[in-house]
Amino acid sequence: MRTALRILLPAALIAALIGLWQVAASTGAVAEALNLEPFLVPSPAEVGDALWNNRAVLWENAWVTLREILIGLLAGTAVGIALAVAMRFSRLLRDAVFPLTVAVQAVPVVVIAPILVVWFGYGIWVKVIVVALAVFFPITVNLLDGLRSVDPEAVKMMRTLDASRWAIFRRVEAPTALPSFFSGAKVAVAVAPIVALFAELAGSNAGLMRLIVQDNANLQIAEMFAATVILIVIGVLLVGLTALAQRLVITWR
Amino acid sequence: MSVAARGLSHSYGELRSLERVDLAAADGEVVALVGPSGCGKSTLLEIACGLREPTDGAIEVGGATDAAGRLARCAYMPQRDLLLPWFSALDNAALALRNRGAGRAEARAGAGALFERFGLAGFEAARPAELSGGMRQRVAFLRTLVAGKPVLALDEPFASLDAISRAEMQGWLAGALRAEARTVLLVSHDIEEALYLADRVVVLSARPGRIVAELGAPHPRAEDRDHAVTDPAFVAVRERALMALKEGAR
Repeated sequence: MRTALRILLPAALIAALIGLWQVAASTGAVAEALNLEPFLVPSPAEVGDALWNNRAVLWENAWVTLREILIGLLAGTAVGIALAVAMRFSRLLRDAVFPLTVAVQAVPVVVIAPILVVWFGYGIWVKVIVVALAVFFPITVNLLDGLRSVDPEAVKMMRTLDASRWAIFRRVEAPTALPSFFSGAKVAVAVAPIVALFAELAGSNAGLMRLIVQDNANLQIAEMFAATVILIVIGVLLVGLTALAQRLVITWR
Repeated sequence: MSVAARGLSHSYGELRSLERVDLAAADGEVVALVGPSGCGKSTLLEIACGLREPTDGAIEVGGATDAAGRLARCAYMPQRDLLLPWFSALDNAALALRNRGAGRAEARAGAGALFERFGLAGFEAARPAELSGGMRQRVAFLRTLVAGKPVLALDEPFASLDAISRAEMQGWLAGALRAEARTVLLVSHDIEEALYLADRVVVLSARPGRIVAELGAPHPRAEDRDHAVTDPAFVAVRERALMALKEGAR
């Protein structure tokens, strides 16, 4: 019952909002209030039409953006994990590298992306680099915090049970840090699409942001909404899959 | 394997925790350390286990004086059970074997053989969160035992249990120690528990801990706990220990 409500309530709310928008847009009420031509305010049905009729071009561009996000996420997560683990094992490395990671994180995407476009061109790799740069920091910081939150008594106990440094890491520190890691991962998947779109804005020959900019110039508003719907679906899926992974991995809570 | 400390002192910075402690435990002997909170009992155990170095004096565990040598000879059971929640009861008990490089199946077989004897049969796959306080302590003790070290350092093993479970677990531990000939250092704040489980009870003073009395236990590890602790000889020694404890606390 409770579970059913948790699905039904938000679904009903979304359906109601779409219905309201449908009525407001198809009667021309919004366009009139904003003093616009009616074709500039597409109804959900028209957005649906655009999604279906322009599916080839939408999918082609969505696939580019999705790849930027996913490869960037994987690369950023891999680097983030490697950095956190290395900093956990070496105090010297942590003292040396941590300020640099904070500095890298502080460079705004809107600044770094155009420079990278000048250097590397319009292809996918600039976006991957920018996504990875934005993603590694929340992963590193959260994972490092998690690794450092280990119970020192548990470490003592493991030492008397003949555990090597690596065994302590594997059997105690890493599992202890998993919830923090997933907190970082949730931030990462929420940030990655936004950053990918910013990077596309800085210069690209494909992708949903480039499509949206183009549609904007051509006043193809329905397709802009269609692209936005796809971005929402990507975002929700990423957060949902991360939450699912967390539940599958952390089974003891 | 014997344990011997001579003139052992320890300080945490300015804070003196142990003062010239001479302590000996013969091979197979169970020695209990009792004393007020903060008297350095746990510190003494950690020094014996090689987890800490004394500030002064010497300690020897089976001939080893260095920390690594002591660490290799002692298994430590902390106050909290510290079972790892992501492992099953069996995998927790098998930790020492895994740490030494045994494969999962081999380690599980090694630890699993003892589950029946420790009243844990059928709970091998249970996660720690699914076990009662008493069962968790049993798994923690098993984990310490499976390490196969000649010396066991038990730090208030039942402090977190309610009175009934504690009495039950004391009876259980007495049986387990009868069956396992190991040298045991047992820290307790409960004189009755110490006298019942140990061969000898060492009473420490308030901080900095020094030895104020050593008493032989009248019926160490007796079969029937309730009978043993109400025996007049037991009660008499308990009174003497309490007196020593009170004097040491001043």
